[in-house]
Amino acid sequence: MIPPSFTYARATSVDEALALAAEHGEDAKFLAGGQSLLPLMKLRFAAPSMLIDLGRVTELSYVRDEGTYVAIGALTRHHDVVHAEVLAADIPLLAAAAETVGDPQIRHRGTIGGSAAHADAAADLPATLLALDATFVVKGPDGTRSVPAAEFFKGIFETALEPGELLTEIQVPKPASPAAWSYQKFNKRAIDFAIVGVAVQGAGRHARVALVNMASTPLRATAVETALADGASVADAAQLAAEGTHAGSDIHASKAYREHLARVLTRRALEEAAARA
Amino acid sequence: MSILGTRVIRTEDPRLLTSGGVYVDDLREPDLAGAVRATFVRSTAAHALITGIDTSAALGAPGVVAVLTAADLDLPAPPPAEPAPDDAPPPEGPMPLGPPWSEPLFAVDRVRYVGEPVALVLTDAAYAGEDAAELVSVDYEMLPAVPSIEAALAEETLLYPDAGTNVCVRGRRPIGDDSIFDGCEVIVEGDIVNQRVAALPMEGRATAAVWKDGKLTVWTSTQNAQLSRLILTAVGLPPEAIRVVAPDVGGGFGAKIGIDREQILIAWAAKRTGRPVRWVETRNENMLGMTQGRAQVHHIKLGGDREGHVKAYRLDVVQDSGAYSRMGGFLPMLTNLMAPGVYDIPAVEADYKVVVTNATPIAAYRGAGRPEAAATIERVIDWYAAETGVDPVVVRKLNFIRPEQFPFVTKTGAPYDTGDYEAALDKVLAAAGYDELRAEQRRRIEAGETRLLGIGLASYVEITAADGAAGETAKVEVHDDGTATVYTGSSAHGQGHHTAYAMIVTQELGIPMDKVEVIHGDTDLIPDGVGTYASRSLQLGGSAVHNAAIEVKDEAARKAAELFEAAEADVELDTDSGTWRIKGDPDKTLSWSQVAAAADNGLIVANVRFTADRPTFPFGSQLSLVEVDVETGKVTLLRHVTADDAGPILNPLLFEGQRHGGIAQGAAQALLEEILYDADGNPLTATLMDYGAITAAELPSFELLTSETPTTVNPLGVKGIGEAGTIGATPAVHNAVIDAVKHLGVRHIDMPTTPERVWTAIQKASSK
Ligand SMILES: Cc1cc2nc3c(=O)[nH]c(=O)nc-3n(C[C@H](O)[C@H](O)[C@H](O)COP(=O)(O)OP(=O)(O)OC[C@H]3O[C@@H](n4cnc5c(N)ncnc54)[C@H](O)[C@@H]3O)c2cc1C
Repeated sequence: MIPPSFTYARATSVDEALALAAEHGEDAKFLAGGQSLLPLMKLRFAAPSMLIDLGRVTELSYVRDEGTYVAIGALTRHHDVVHAEVLAADIPLLAAAAETVGDPQIRHRGTIGGSAAHADAAADLPATLLALDATFVVKGPDGTRSVPAAEFFKGIFETALEPGELLTEIQVPKPASPAAWSYQKFNKRAIDFAIVGVAVQGAGRHARVALVNMASTPLRATAVETALADGASVADAAQLAAEGTHAGSDIHASKAYREHLARVLTRRALEEAAARA
Repeated sequence: MSILGTRVIRTEDPRLLTSGGVYVDDLREPDLAGAVRATFVRSTAAHALITGIDTSAALGAPGVVAVLTAADLDLPAPPPAEPAPDDAPPPEGPMPLGPPWSEPLFAVDRVRYVGEPVALVLTDAAYAGEDAAELVSVDYEMLPAVPSIEAALAEETLLYPDAGTNVCVRGRRPIGDDSIFDGCEVIVEGDIVNQRVAALPMEGRATAAVWKDGKLTVWTSTQNAQLSRLILTAVGLPPEAIRVVAPDVGGGFGAKIGIDREQILIAWAAKRTGRPVRWVETRNENMLGMTQGRAQVHHIKLGGDREGHVKAYRLDVVQDSGAYSRMGGFLPMLTNLMAPGVYDIPAVEADYKVVVTNATPIAAYRGAGRPEAAATIERVIDWYAAETGVDPVVVRKLNFIRPEQFPFVTKTGAPYDTGDYEAALDKVLAAAGYDELRAEQRRRIEAGETRLLGIGLASYVEITAADGAAGETAKVEVHDDGTATVYTGSSAHGQGHHTAYAMIVTQELGIPMDKVEVIHGDTDLIPDGVGTYASRSLQLGGSAVHNAAIEVKDEAARKAAELFEAAEADVELDTDSGTWRIKGDPDKTLSWSQVAAAADNGLIVANVRFTADRPTFPFGSQLSLVEVDVETGKVTLLRHVTADDAGPILNPLLFEGQRHGGIAQGAAQALLEEILYDADGNPLTATLMDYGAITAAELPSFELLTSETPTTVNPLGVKGIGEAGTIGATPAVHNAVIDAVKHLGVRHIDMPTTPERVWTAIQKASSK
């Protein structure tokens, strides 16, 4: 539980971070809140030879109302997402999901950008951002590009980010009926990752449903969404929640149990979102 | 006014909470300057032959001082093993078995669990150790693993081929035929698993050692410095040449009784290299190398009539002792002893066997053998209640040992001292509102709700200070500046001994608490002592302090009489003001400093070893209320109401603290915690991400009721409270979970009652 040795550099701006990344190549890693990367290093599952600390890149820490969408800097801590006024009013789902991440210490260190870039299928925010149709703004040596959520999460701990690219901002469109939301996180202890989670934004035919920990990436419950769009009842649509998923079995839950939970939690989430709408 | 029984704030806390405690790794002793850091190379195989160890690459790595293995050991043979005592309550010190079961210091030619120490790397810098340890290359020839009790009993693969079996200890009361169940109208029978759990103190194991001028000084995180010193003689030194110091210790829960092989090796390495050595384990190492607890499978049978009278009970225990049978080999004796719990059962049979497995060794963990007994009898009483249709409260009351039957010797030979089991249960039922809870439980079922209530009961009795004959030491001194010092053999590691023992001195001598210093855990100052485990401290260590204080008072009375030129009988101590005076003459007083100044060396001192001829048997009842989401199987603990009776309460704050921690750990075993291995013996729960240690977020505020039935065994009238929490809470919470779903046809769910297990049990029952 002691990481292998590495060199460390602290960036104070986006440009400096990108320059350092360009200089040090593939063995360098960005360090944001360190809440995923440092545990991996202590377990020696990751051994970057260099860390580029983003902690002082304050220009990436903000939550801004941009009219039709909310722009969130990649370095914004979970705690600040939970307490952002514009989110409480316009995208309560995101604030609520962020509040279920780990414990208060973790929420004060961990960042939304780090959570997205780490792309753990069991994490709360990637699936939530997927349900919200967020866009990821990525900056690299060749300039800036925007990646829609549907194309951002590629595989196990894998995103559309290329080596040397920095996630700078996440743009979340304001939903038509912000109050119609639900986040169902199922775990054994409050501090745990979700065994299964379900994020719902919208009600009735327009509900968007995303699943946590039901595949190697966060996943939209397409079968459920299609059935709802076709007018199916919540109960009937929720029965389809495990379709197209690839849940794993581990010491916390079997695949069959996860599939069952996906159905129950999807139904509860849809009911709650409808009740709140 | 008596200070005893009042909520005195812990005197330890200002220091621990502000400037911080000084744990082994915080020590800045001059003797430890320049210490090398130790890192263990641990087995990555559960069961394998070692065919070669190559340390050359590690030796060549930067900052490496030495790499040591079994080949470097130059130690005398270990002392012969102690034979297993028959059915007497065993001393709870480590009792390793002798050959062929002996546990080496380093693995020699074979490893028996993942995490077993194979080599030791000493480096100048702390962080260099893990890099260098990765360079030690160990060749393993893999053997089939024996990761479970079932696999051990199959005897297909033997951990100790020379032994010819995996069964290392057997009970001495083989189970007979079924005749004790003759005439029983209702019989329940089945298996109950008491799973392996981690002790998980906040501070893991840590040791620092210095060899200087022919003396070995070892600072170590332990529950008993004196026992550690005895074990450390394994490095080839007599006890006089060893000093053991226990500085602040961050919890032990039984897993820090004495000292482990890793720590003996640290001491040996300091002696061998001549350099001070320090070691502190990581959490991952802690979860592989520190002894774990429970790990029993019970086969039970219980019979009675249709009205709820229990007639016969049989408990057959298989204990998994892990790879090396330390205390694990002796715990099931306690489980057998406490088998019938609080019930007067006419016929009881109890037996056990102990097997070795390719897993971390088992030793004491908060309750050590007794929680397993309580968990099973309380579960089985509920089986029987369900089978007869009699309310679990009624079944318990029908079978309780009644107050007038004490002292009471059970069929398994436990000499219960005092108790009033029904009174404790009634208190809990009244405070919880049992009848209303049952009504609400019914209402929810009838309304078809998904979140159902479960009400779980446990009435328990446990044995504390089982080794009271070993006693405990205390030295009390009063100095000519009016202060007092207590030297105690019972080591504190979080409980509040310093507060408790100072209160006892204040009570007897009238010296204010801030003038009483309590010292523990240094074998130079206190060569003779036993330690803290088995809920023994207040009843043995506290009684020793109490008796020593009285001896000091008697001696002081003689001195005061001399000074007053009065008869001793006319002299008295006013404990409110801490002054000596002549009866009836308020003008003539002497302070403690004046009296002590008149004594030899300005010191009044008494040395006491208090022994108890019998153990004590605290008891109580706990009620747990849970909510079970029947769609997902998730359990939420809503309320936990307890009456825990350990005799008169010295300090309610300390008493409640012990109950809080114990209940939390008991609930954790019932709901969440379990050490798991895969089929190859690889640990699956070696980090806190995977091991479900309970947190405050999963627990309600506990409702703690008072019940105080004194014992006659010691002058304070007290019994132990340290382990009541795990003993009572585990079955209360466990029973509550099953109570919530029993109407669905669920009879039993093994612990931990995780959401998936509960959900699966409901599915199975409804598809029958
Ligand atoms: C005990 C514990 C419990 C937790 N529980 C939960 C939970 O319940 N739910 C949950 O969702 N998460 C949980 N987490 C994880 C937590 O949310 C992390 O904060 C988050 O996953 C990572 O964010 P970070 O800022 O800490 O990233 P870091 O750990 O610093 O980085 C993670 C990865 O992202 C990369 N990275 C970071 N920022 C950027 C960027 N701007 N551009 C490109 N790459 C970047 C890093 O190089 C690294 O590979 C838990 C963590 C812990 C330690």
